[in-house]
Amino acid sequence: MSTVDPKVTSGLGWARLSELVSAVQSRQTSAVEVTQAYLDRIAADDARLGCFLRVAHHADDGPAVSALAQAASVDAAIAAGQGDSLPLAGVPVGLKDVLCTRGLATTAGSQILAGWVPPYDATVVSRLRSAGAIVVGKLNMDEFAMGSSNENSAFFPCRNPWDVTRVPGGSSGGAAAAVAADLVPLAMGSDTGGSIRQPAALCGVVGLKPTYGRVSRYGVVAFASSLDQIGPLARSVEDVARALQVIGGHDPHDATSVSSPQPDYLSACADRPGPAGSSLRGLRIGLPREYFVAGNPDAAGASGLDPQVAAAVQQALDELRRHGAELVDVSLPHTEYAIAAYYFIATAEASSNLARYDGVRYGLRKSVSKGEAQAAGRSALFDMYCRTRAAYFGPEVKRRILLGTYVLRSGYYDAYYRRASQVRTLIRRDFDQAFSRCDLICTPTSPVLAFRSGERSDPLAMYLADIYTISCNLAGLPGLSLPCGFATPLDGNMPLPIGLQLLGPTLSEALLLRVGAAYQRMTDWHTRRCPLAMGKAAQ
Amino acid sequence: MSDFEAVIGLECHVQLDTQSKLFTGAATTFFAEPNEHIDPHTLGLPGSLPVPNRRAVELALRMGLACGCTIRSHSQFARKHYFYPDLPKGYQISQYDAPLCEGGSVEFWHDGAPRSVHLLRIHLEEDAGKNVHVAGGMVSLLDYNRAGVPLIEVVSQPDLRSAAEAAEYLRAIRRLVRYLGISDGNMEEGSLRCDANVSIRPRGSERLGTKVEIKNINSFRYVEKAIEYEIARQTDVVVRGGSVRAETRGWDAERGQSRSQRSKEEAHDYRYFPDPDLPPLHVDAAWRDAVHARLPELPMARLRRYSDGLGLPAQDALLLISERELSDYFDAALLTCGIRPAMSTLPPEQRVLAKLAANWLLSELLGALHRDGKDLGQSPISAAALGELVSLISDGTISGKQGKDVFARLYAGEKSSPAALVDALGMRQISDPAIIEEACRRVLMAPANQKQVEQYQKNPKLLGFFVGKVLAETGGRAKPDAVSALLQRLLAERGSQSP
Repeated sequence: MSTVDPKVTSGLGWARLSELVSAVQSRQTSAVEVTQAYLDRIAADDARLGCFLRVAHHADDGPAVSALAQAASVDAAIAAGQGDSLPLAGVPVGLKDVLCTRGLATTAGSQILAGWVPPYDATVVSRLRSAGAIVVGKLNMDEFAMGSSNENSAFFPCRNPWDVTRVPGGSSGGAAAAVAADLVPLAMGSDTGGSIRQPAALCGVVGLKPTYGRVSRYGVVAFASSLDQIGPLARSVEDVARALQVIGGHDPHDATSVSSPQPDYLSACADRPGPAGSSLRGLRIGLPREYFVAGNPDAAGASGLDPQVAAAVQQALDELRRHGAELVDVSLPHTEYAIAAYYFIATAEASSNLARYDGVRYGLRKSVSKGEAQAAGRSALFDMYCRTRAAYFGPEVKRRILLGTYVLRSGYYDAYYRRASQVRTLIRRDFDQAFSRCDLICTPTSPVLAFRSGERSDPLAMYLADIYTISCNLAGLPGLSLPCGFATPLDGNMPLPIGLQLLGPTLSEALLLRVGAAYQRMTDWHTRRCPLAMGKAAQ
Repeated sequence: MSDFEAVIGLECHVQLDTQSKLFTGAATTFFAEPNEHIDPHTLGLPGSLPVPNRRAVELALRMGLACGCTIRSHSQFARKHYFYPDLPKGYQISQYDAPLCEGGSVEFWHDGAPRSVHLLRIHLEEDAGKNVHVAGGMVSLLDYNRAGVPLIEVVSQPDLRSAAEAAEYLRAIRRLVRYLGISDGNMEEGSLRCDANVSIRPRGSERLGTKVEIKNINSFRYVEKAIEYEIARQTDVVVRGGSVRAETRGWDAERGQSRSQRSKEEAHDYRYFPDPDLPPLHVDAAWRDAVHARLPELPMARLRRYSDGLGLPAQDALLLISERELSDYFDAALLTCGIRPAMSTLPPEQRVLAKLAANWLLSELLGALHRDGKDLGQSPISAAALGELVSLISDGTISGKQGKDVFARLYAGEKSSPAALVDALGMRQISDPAIIEEACRRVLMAPANQKQVEQYQKNPKLLGFFVGKVLAETGGRAKPDAVSALLQRLLAERGSQSP
């Protein structure tokens, strides 16, 4: 199936974050050396990929934004004997550009925020910094996280490192591609309808969308507040667990933050004692019959689940069963309404969240003389709003603002937003019922392989590709995507990664991570490197 | 009388007296440099999130419970959208279809009768910033200090029927929030603001007419003026055969008239929806009951206590409750006189005492303070001192006239207590009957007074002459009424003895 040589570790020699962290903590290497090595990689390769919107490598930007300065202070802390309290000591991390970084421009992939420098760090960012991670830069994304291909970035598209003619997925495309190309060992993405899991699948890395409220949204540029979650992307489930341990947990700055304490995710990933191969005994994996309809034509007339994706997922299920898991048939009967409900709720919230980009306080402003405004029949103020938002929002963002504004119109609230909220409740109940019969649910992450840039121009077809990931956000549940195979598409000659999605009940991250880690002990898909990363390794 | 009846409802915005803003830790101080009290949430920076201020919720609860509202165990914050530079997020966080408080009423006294205005709701919301238009300049400046400051909006039912009654209702709201300690209710500083919904209908009709909203009423004086203007304007429109247009009008205090701001067709679509950043606001029974238990005595309860319990005239009682400070002062003075607030009905002599205390407070003390441009908080005479002075007068230790002297000295800043002052000045009245009788007999026996003694039989007005003499004899310390009574008796005895 694949021609890629397995067992190739990072070009820098660390297969796992734990190895990198202990090398830095024990001063076998320094955070500065590690950071410099990754900065060099980014400098060498990112021009081809477009993962980074901004790299924190300018020493003159000050210690808050210079990756090397951050690394030096981590090394100083380790020298002072504080290394043990830094679970991410020296780990270079890339941040999707929705996370506010004090002193380092944050744009959410939009022109309207071009050059905006936040005066504060998002909670996730400050927790990463306190854990010894090094913020090396801000990652490309679809504008305001609206998109599934990264083609909606206002700056430049990001490419899939497995085949640079293809999209990395989206909206956290820069995050997934950067991890896949080993430009960073860890990245943070955001997931509103699949924006961590889908690019993770298309780029062959692990991506976790935590339970809604598990990770603070404070300092995250909002797309749809009731759906957005920040989560880690890395090459292994264990690495993702290590990152979640740092970024998760209650935050008093986020009223929707979950207050219950976090379990030990790393020990959840550890290999269990017992007969080899039986670590999943007793685990019931639910298969929603609505999700496994191969070739089911969707509303746009295009085919649904790619048979190659279906086959890879089936192979993964067989593997899990061989290791003791029991597969059970479950039903999520309201799945067919999920996309419609999602696009009512997400666009309504987006139209509201994006109202603040008015050119008054920050970001770009476009205005003309009072006379010109009056000639257009508008007050100078109203004209400024119109011109600013017309000039600096991209077409997909405008489409969603218009849709959301329509959804919330006076007199239509009941028919649209309230109805969508009711569907959301039904979808949540679907999952509750399913989880009374199984411990977790297994599905493909994306129905298709990475497609070619520019290939999909119909927004509706793009929306429908989110079918497997969206329900999870509507229900607020955790979802994990991990590589489960490769397939060469009919229109190409490069093998492309396939993602397996595990969905669990509220706050079941530890279970998802345990099963994911077990799967990664049975398989080696996650150890495969894209040609680009291997090329670097050979240098 | 006009053939039309006015139907008026008020929407009052009250700024809550909290240290920090409704959804963020930035301070709320009124006096500050522009944009001194800002932070990421106040400015609506990307990524900022609201976290409710528990203290603000508690103050809103106080108002709701004081008005007898139903408190929702789960109320919801909603976003109200419109574009304006002083609104940082492009929406205001308010409450819409699930407000914290519903129903209830506000009680007050108007035109010699008690009135009760029903409330629709009381909800929490955040304030906007301020646009500062630079005179003649090409730019507008923005000050976001006020943005995010907690407000409650108190929405009345259309129960008011005249501009004067509406103004009285607004005064009742101000009084109530000050009694509750939730706001200073200062209209000039904007901590109390009011919009009025006004319509007219033929007298006797039950149907509501087309309503016009009057905005920007920022003083008690203008509430009455603006509503009167609007009633007259609408009456004029209808009398001329026209019909009132649903619109929002702004009051222009300088010109004394309102101007149309926008018609119903131009009204904003606020696109309300539940704020997804804020879970439902939970107020459990324990919290609600604890707040309820800590409510102070409310103005109308005090009014009843003063008029029914103490027997004060309505005019005095209304004046006393007008400010909580005044009423508290009065209660403290009464306490020194031995009258506790818990006493429901007083014996007649204590009623007299209470009335005396009210007089000294309302006429003497307030009169003096008013003359000097001071308020009660700056009074040189404490409530205890005034109560003591009133007691000294009441029990006959000193005369009312002497009381004024003592008052003047206390007011001028003498540090002694009234009793000590009375002693030091040798003012203590002589009430021993034997001493008084002796003085009276001396005056009546004095040869110099015999002409008047003889004339007294024909001219009883001469009693005053003898009283004056006896008071002079005792250094002004004999009790005048006792002296007067005794002299009358002694002179009558003489008359009957004479041939």
